[in-house]
Amino acid sequence: MSIARDIITIAAVSAGAFFFLAGTVGLLRFPDTLTRLHALTKADNLGLGLVVLGLLPQAASLRDGLKLVSIWLLGLLAGATVSQLIARTARQGEPAK
Amino acid sequence: MTEFLTAAVGFILAMLALGLVSILRGPGDTDRMMAAQLIGTGGIAALLLLGTVIGVPAAVDVALTLALLATFASIAFVKKGLSSLEADGTGSTEDQ
Repeated sequence: MSIARDIITIAAVSAGAFFFLAGTVGLLRFPDTLTRLHALTKADNLGLGLVVLGLLPQAASLRDGLKLVSIWLLGLLAGATVSQLIARTARQGEPAK
Repeated sequence: MTEFLTAAVGFILAMLALGLVSILRGPGDTDRMMAAQLIGTGGIAALLLLGTVIGVPAAVDVALTLALLATFASIAFVKKGLSSLEADGTGSTEDQ
């Protein structure tokens, strides 16, 4: 049972770290603001989500697990709101250039 | 398991350092703010991993606060950008 938990943790945290890598490389390499925003949201939502998913089997109690999930939900809500706002700012800024 | 999670923390911190490079050379203000958003999220992930590795539950609370503050930073940026854009817009229509 402990081995199964560890395997879930290793798989999910590795996938989450990969999405952080993809988000950072995308932020550095993609050509314009909206595509960079696309790369950023992947790292935000999937990277953090997979890290949280990987840490859930290691959580000491149900309360700790719920706290981790609630942090991820707050991250999702904040990421979605901020992405919309930043995209609107970027699009309003474009015609002025 | 501890070694793996510590390595994951190191990897995510390295990604945060790359994000700082992105802040340095991002062509526009929005790109810099997006890099700051990414650093906020990566910091949350690193804190959650660290809290599990060294067994400090308070790190999870710090991560929660960081999530809130990163959001407020971005919203403050957008509010400031919008108000300056609105000011520009009224200025140009007055000129016309």
